[in-house]
Amino acid sequence: MKKLRRKVYMTAGYNTISLGTGRREFNPRKPRPGIEHYIKEAGQGVLNQIGGAQNVDESVIGNFMASRFNRQGHLDGFLPMIDKGLSMKPAVRVEGACASGGLSLVTGIRNILAETAEVNLSLGFEVQNTVKAIYGADILALAGWFQNRKAGHAYFFPGQFSDRAGAYYEKYGYERTRKGMARWYANAIENARLDPTAQEYHNTNPDPYGTALKMQPNGKAFVDHLTVLDCSKVSDGASAIAICSEDGLKRIGVDKKNAVEVIGFGHAVRDITSQPKDLTELETIKFAAHEALKNAGITIDQIGTIETHDCFSIAGILAVEALGLAAKGEGADYVDAGKTSRNSEIPFNTTGGLIGWGHPTGCTGVHQAVTIWQQLTGNAGNAQIKINENRPYGLTINMGGDDVTVTSIVFKRGE
Amino acid sequence: MTYDERLQNVAVLGAAGKMGSGILLLTAVEMADRALQAENKGKTFVLNAIDVSEDGLAGLMGYLRVQVRKIAEKKTIWLRQMYADRDDLIENYDIIDAYINDVLNIVHPVTVMEAANKANLVFEAVNENRSLKVKLLDGIKKNNPNDVWFFTNTSSVPIHLIDEEAGLDGKVIGFHFYNPPAVQKLVELIKTDSTKQEVADFALQYAKNLNKVVVPSNDFAGFIGNGHFMRDGLHGIKEAQELAKDKNMPLYKAIYMVNKVTQDYLIRPMGIFQLMDYVGIDVMQFILNVMNPFVEDETLQSDLLDKFMEQGVKGGQYSSGAQKDGFFKYKSGQPVAVWDIHKQEYVEIEKFKDECDEILGDLPESAVPWKSILRMKNKEEVLMKFYTDLKSLDSLGAVMAIRYGKRSKEIGEKLVKDKVAAHADDVNTVMLTGFYHAYGPINNFFE
Repeated sequence: MKKLRRKVYMTAGYNTISLGTGRREFNPRKPRPGIEHYIKEAGQGVLNQIGGAQNVDESVIGNFMASRFNRQGHLDGFLPMIDKGLSMKPAVRVEGACASGGLSLVTGIRNILAETAEVNLSLGFEVQNTVKAIYGADILALAGWFQNRKAGHAYFFPGQFSDRAGAYYEKYGYERTRKGMARWYANAIENARLDPTAQEYHNTNPDPYGTALKMQPNGKAFVDHLTVLDCSKVSDGASAIAICSEDGLKRIGVDKKNAVEVIGFGHAVRDITSQPKDLTELETIKFAAHEALKNAGITIDQIGTIETHDCFSIAGILAVEALGLAAKGEGADYVDAGKTSRNSEIPFNTTGGLIGWGHPTGCTGVHQAVTIWQQLTGNAGNAQIKINENRPYGLTINMGGDDVTVTSIVFKRGE
Repeated sequence: MTYDERLQNVAVLGAAGKMGSGILLLTAVEMADRALQAENKGKTFVLNAIDVSEDGLAGLMGYLRVQVRKIAEKKTIWLRQMYADRDDLIENYDIIDAYINDVLNIVHPVTVMEAANKANLVFEAVNENRSLKVKLLDGIKKNNPNDVWFFTNTSSVPIHLIDEEAGLDGKVIGFHFYNPPAVQKLVELIKTDSTKQEVADFALQYAKNLNKVVVPSNDFAGFIGNGHFMRDGLHGIKEAQELAKDKNMPLYKAIYMVNKVTQDYLIRPMGIFQLMDYVGIDVMQFILNVMNPFVEDETLQSDLLDKFMEQGVKGGQYSSGAQKDGFFKYKSGQPVAVWDIHKQEYVEIEKFKDECDEILGDLPESAVPWKSILRMKNKEEVLMKFYTDLKSLDSLGAVMAIRYGKRSKEIGEKLVKDKVAAHADDVNTVMLTGFYHAYGPINNFFE
């Protein structure tokens, strides 16, 4: 991909809470806020920080499957609901399964690069607790090829990644892999407890590592090679962020120091009707993340923090390998050694990631960018990590389906 | 006739009742699951849901639809395998809906008894009325040309009497579910001296497929569950009456206090008076009347229960499962007032609670609520400490609780001595599983 033709920034990020099991205010038997609430809260959360809707030129809304979770299509029509000031302005809805949020970001970046916008509002949301998990599994399965649904597992996506985990166990050993996965879970919980919007914020388990290690996969009750702790939960939530040019930043009155610059990005798609070549490798993540690094002109050892798409703990481990941080088959050891924890050189998923913060599918990509923006500008509150000056960059990886659609973005604090 | 063949035509009598609807649900699901097996493809399974009430049967079908969905949602992984050859069923939604249809298609709701005349198996869950049961089963036996077997859900009538009076030739067994059958794990299985072995084998297989805990009980009126509960309840009533007399206090206060002692001090899911309301004062009186003629060394009767019945205060549950008012008046399932038999009105608990609690005295610090004790790994140890502490107190609550625990044990031991239960363990299993007690009545905590 070509170098970015002009500077692109992100700022003024906002997350709603990620609501679902684990949050004290969640009660499956009681009515909950609908999509309007989440879209409005996240959208207004950004508009309040950028001087209002009149400063926005274009908007993008990312969502996976409101048409089934909420029986609602035509989602761009919800942007003017956030604020009358967005009325009669361009808006577009993007969908790429769980990478819909990432698509919302790269579409916004392209709006800035195309110079049709100086300030772009990018939003992502999903409200999934409207159906029980067994039916939600059907809806999420639409991120795969429908021709494969009949032969697939009742819990289709856990089934897909269970196959990946099973292949990994067989190739590289069960015990060591389970340890890495347990550590991944523990890191997610410990980080989520530092972010009041996280789904696992109220988690009080004194030993998440021990709990995850003790729990064994049981194919009769769930899938063969994963436990529920290896999976992200069902979540309702929205995130939004402003994407701006230099002129745009001036217009909204935000100092570059309070923004992150998009240094480069990668965006790749794999044929959804084909099987992955190697179950123990995430080839599209590998490709897109390296594209992003190449586009940014940096190497992985300059990255100070990473938000990666851990819809399942095994996806986190495979991403570590795809990034080249560990050799194939050694990702689990790398994680278990604490090299992705918040005190390490490259902390991963510092507000909990998908397993800890939550995974409102269409929201996730945007949430990742908000976390990187918070961390690099010192706005992460209790979840704040120390950014090493030799590693000033942040990286996001957002995946849709089984490694089908991937967006990856390299960020640096504005200067 | 194989297990599956016998299940191809079944009738449930009293299918719309509280117990009948649960039995019907479990049987319908078991039959549908058998019908889904490869070897049974193409075979017809019929479950006749027989009840006198049209309204009840309409309600039953609605109940089944909701409950079967819940069951299907929990076994979708298995259902996907069972429907693997149905190319038209792709999503979990499709498969769960198909299963609900398949289960409901098995069920034929009818108000005429003749529907039972083709059945291979009849499950009787009508009112606890011996002559009614005998009349119905006798009619089926005479008009059904098959080698028909009978399961009766009676909780108190001796099975051998039903067998003899209805002429069932030993093809009958007591299959006593606990309420609600779909949730409660316990089944008391009651063989008579003449129950055929193949009937017993089938019953055991059926119970196992339903994932139930089976406790064998001897064929003695009340069996183990009611044998214990009825006497335990009568002891509670006696305690309350004596307490009211000794302390010269109104009976409603004493009822509140005994209920509190049996719940908090004995660490049970609910106090004894609340449990009697749950079962129903009318049902309890009825069962006592059934049992009483069969016991020689005691009288199973209560003037107080008779009085409540006279005053029209009966307890029991609405068809929604909500608690009707009885000894207590309920709000959101919790007792808020107690019936005063003199003024014939409810007196709010808040008005006298503090005064009564003070008379009972404080619980020792080692007290634990029922809910938390169930999950404890060192339950025995915690209970032993609590009851040891309790024994060292001379508060009224402690003294009543110890006396109650001893009486409960005595009742349990008598059931073993009278050979109603084969072992002390069977009594304990019934009380642990069927009544959700935290510990069995036959224990060493109160000595």
